Amino acid sequence: MTDDELIWRISGGSGDGIASTSQNFAKALMRSGLNVFTHRHYPSRIRGGHTYTEVRASADPVESRGDGYNFLLALGDSFARNPQEEAVYGNEEIKPLSENLDELREGGVIVYDEGLLDASEIPNFDERVEENDWHVFPLDLRGLARDQGREVMRNTAGVGATCALTGMDLDHVQDLMRDAMPEKILEPNLEILQIAYDQVREEYDVDAPDVSVPTGEHDETQLLMSGSDAISYGAIDEGCRFIAGYPMTPWTEVFTIMTQNLPKLGGISEQVEDEIAAAALAVGASHAGVKAMSGSSGGGFALMSEPLGLAEMTETPVVLVEAMRAGPSTGMPTKPEQSDLEHVLYTSQGDSQRVVLAPGTVEEAYEQSRLAFRLAYEYQIPSILLYDQKLGGEMKNVPKSHFDREPNPTLGKTLSEDALADEPHSADGKFHRFQHDVEDGVSPRSIPGQKGGRFLATGNEHDPTGHIAESPDNRVAQIDRRTQKLEAIRDDLDEEDTGSYAGPEDAEYGILTFGSQQGTVEEAVGRLNDAGISVKSYGVSDMLPFPTEQVEAFVASVDEVLVVEMTASGQFRGLVQKNLGRYGEKLSSLLKYNGNPFEPAEIVDGFEAAVVEGDGDASGHQTTFVPAAGD
Amino acid sequence: MSTFSAIGEEREIDRDEYTPGVEPQPTWCPGCGDFSVLKALKQALPEVGRTPEETLLCTGIGCSGKLNSYLDTYGFHTIHGRSLPVARAAKLANPDLEVIAAGGDGDGYGIGGNHFVHTARENHDMTYIVFNNEIFGLTKGQTSPTSPKGHKSKTQPSGSAKEPIKPLSMSLNAGASYVARTAAVNPNQAKEIITEAIEHDGFAHVDFLTQCPTWNKDARQYVPYIDVNESDDYEFDKTDRVEAAEMMRETEESLYEGEVLTGRFYVDEERPSYGAEKQAIGEMPDEPLAERYWDDDYEWERSHDMFLDKHA
Ligand SMILES: Cc1ncc(C[n+]2csc(CCOP(=O)(O)OP(=O)(O)O)c2C)c(N)n1
Ligand code: SF4
Repeated sequence: MTDDELIWRISGGSGDGIASTSQNFAKALMRSGLNVFTHRHYPSRIRGGHTYTEVRASADPVESRGDGYNFLLALGDSFARNPQEEAVYGNEEIKPLSENLDELREGGVIVYDEGLLDASEIPNFDERVEENDWHVFPLDLRGLARDQGREVMRNTAGVGATCALTGMDLDHVQDLMRDAMPEKILEPNLEILQIAYDQVREEYDVDAPDVSVPTGEHDETQLLMSGSDAISYGAIDEGCRFIAGYPMTPWTEVFTIMTQNLPKLGGISEQVEDEIAAAALAVGASHAGVKAMSGSSGGGFALMSEPLGLAEMTETPVVLVEAMRAGPSTGMPTKPEQSDLEHVLYTSQGDSQRVVLAPGTVEEAYEQSRLAFRLAYEYQIPSILLYDQKLGGEMKNVPKSHFDREPNPTLGKTLSEDALADEPHSADGKFHRFQHDVEDGVSPRSIPGQKGGRFLATGNEHDPTGHIAESPDNRVAQIDRRTQKLEAIRDDLDEEDTGSYAGPEDAEYGILTFGSQQGTVEEAVGRLNDAGISVKSYGVSDMLPFPTEQVEAFVASVDEVLVVEMTASGQFRGLVQKNLGRYGEKLSSLLKYNGNPFEPAEIVDGFEAAVVEGDGDASGHQTTFVPAAGD
Repeated sequence: MSTFSAIGEEREIDRDEYTPGVEPQPTWCPGCGDFSVLKALKQALPEVGRTPEETLLCTGIGCSGKLNSYLDTYGFHTIHGRSLPVARAAKLANPDLEVIAAGGDGDGYGIGGNHFVHTARENHDMTYIVFNNEIFGLTKGQTSPTSPKGHKSKTQPSGSAKEPIKPLSMSLNAGASYVARTAAVNPNQAKEIITEAIEHDGFAHVDFLTQCPTWNKDARQYVPYIDVNESDDYEFDKTDRVEAAEMMRETEESLYEGEVLTGRFYVDEERPSYGAEKQAIGEMPDEPLAERYWDDDYEWERSHDMFLDKHA
């Protein structure tokens, strides 16, 4: 844990502007030269309910949420009160304060809105404050905002108080407000910011703040970017101009970002009747010669199973994104989990011929979104980009230069009309769209409307011209050719080298993980090595085709491996074992499936208890330890 | 640009061009009504002036779905019930293509019922032909959504307790701008209606009564078919929604009582197609999107130049 970091948690009710306030504050911190990382927690309801966002800011790079946090800004849940009668509904009015105390670090700061929250309603509040050496600042943020005309602006008052108590310069926040707010509300917000700031500075002795904003400096223009933003921009840069979808949390974020931008780029977005249609539209658009995508989350992706198989059999390139949330069924719509891994790998009938990529960070989300499109179109295969609610929603700073790449709108092995005319494709004068004898297994395709390229695409097994055929020889030739692509893709991915390694190469122990837990694992690896435990990690990105050689080399090079994932059944560990076919005795699991992503300390503690001490007890953090086979 | 030069090509088109060299002999049962749809299409397409290479035929699964194998255009034999979403997207991606979707009554009104309603609602510029044989053919004779009430089959041994679906009223109510019914035994009318449907600028739904002599021997292939547009007994204005709706209700109610009415039931030339609507609100490019990928001079936008400032 870096001591020199601010982890600011803003909490309140859904719909009270927690997300936008925290995003703006994170951006202000970023502009002040710090590295930032956000973590969202919200319930599945539109108004009310307890929600919070953490903004972690440090001069050092941050790739994870922290362990707990050190500054709480507790705003009231406006929905818990009837604005007319001042009546209080349920007991939610103290949640923004009470629900968050367990994770507040020792010596932490609490600012709460005493206009809405009553600390005396919280059992043992004063004792806990004393025990933990917390610094408490009750402020009438609501009253202050109301005096300036708009009660909803109490978020801004809270930010002003935060700046006063942490020593953060108001300039960055003010600049940001000028950029982000419409004229009409800018002035009162700026005023409220200043008044709250001044009031705290006058009322309290804050020249030596207990929790301060660190100082940092960037050398490049930094951007605050979420995983969903990065996936969308990756798709756009790779020439995707068609998206079809149906809303489902958390996939809706990508769908929305794409929909808002595609028409500006001459592209098309379609919200359709269901997910079967959505995926089928993406297939239809791609068949007609456009780079297309669709996507969903768990249950919606289940509906896409059949069009996915159709894309495999017809070798129609398409990208589907799957934003995982906790399941089964509707599960927990706003909570992250990684338990759709097997669903995505194995859904749809038959021997599958698909690609599954799981980015680990916001940067990787951009790169692998592009990669998913490149592979889909070069190899005429569906690619699935598998990520989760955590990666989709978290924001972090990334240098602008990261996105400074050339666009790639190429369609892969697609023949021009000249090429179609030049090449006699077969003796019978027909275009052999699915010819057997091709390098990499990829037969060049034509697009409807082109002269000389007429063919039939069908979900039935078919001969080289595309016509339904069930002869044994043809079947074997076709399936072998389609499967052969996966080997070519594996070679391609080896050059791409998307895995992420941390820790010393000759380490004694290893941690394997995939997807969004990568950054958290890497932070834990850093701390374990600082504590004298020799451990390295490998964040695997390619789920299918699996990097068996690399994972095997990693596992072989260490004594024991802990597999960290957000599933209850150890799906990723199962995938590793399935592909390696041995080493089962070396692998044990650290699992978390309570709706919250890992904190670095949980991995550190779990690793020490389970691997180093070997007693297999990783409990205490709502994590589960599953020992190695034979333990 | 010569990327899609088959599109809009003006020349004499021989009907035989649509006959594939591979497996020319359909595997449909002798006497199957599906032959009539194939024939009507082969007559209509050259009449409209559409070449095989500018035509994309999307079918579902069923005996009807095999149509692709016997009509040699660009084709997409999709999955059960899903011809419409595939066809819709292809039309949006390249509006210059002649897009035709086809499938059975189980395919289109059963498993694909949701897509049927929504495609009609959106009024995509395409033709949708449903081979309505009132039975599941390919899976060997189960009751379908258009089988009459009381219909007995291995899966409805006591006779169906369900009212049959009313496809004409369904598509009219959903928003289709051309709704017609024809029948395998009326080849001339079938050809004319399919020709009109292809020419129509909007969603043209043709309920094509086909017989399945193998599984649905009761079907009324020998009953006289009346053309409502020709007969003096049925006067109504097919451009008037209310009159068309009333005519359809009568038609659909009497269908199973021996009176089979066919013809154009609703024709709306005014309603813009979905593509035109989308272009009007600036959500679809004027040039076919598919062409852009072949334009070497086109400057592809980068997120770097377009969006990143808002994240700074
Ligand atoms: C998802 C799915 N469910 C079921 C089937 C099996 N199936 C194939 S064709 C068919 C019914 C076809 O009936 P219809 O659409 O009326 O066409 P017909 O064969 O009569 O032309 C069914 C149920 C399938 N292929 N896919
Ligand atoms: S089973 Fe019926 S619908 Fe199918 S081919 Fe035979 S007659 Fe035609």
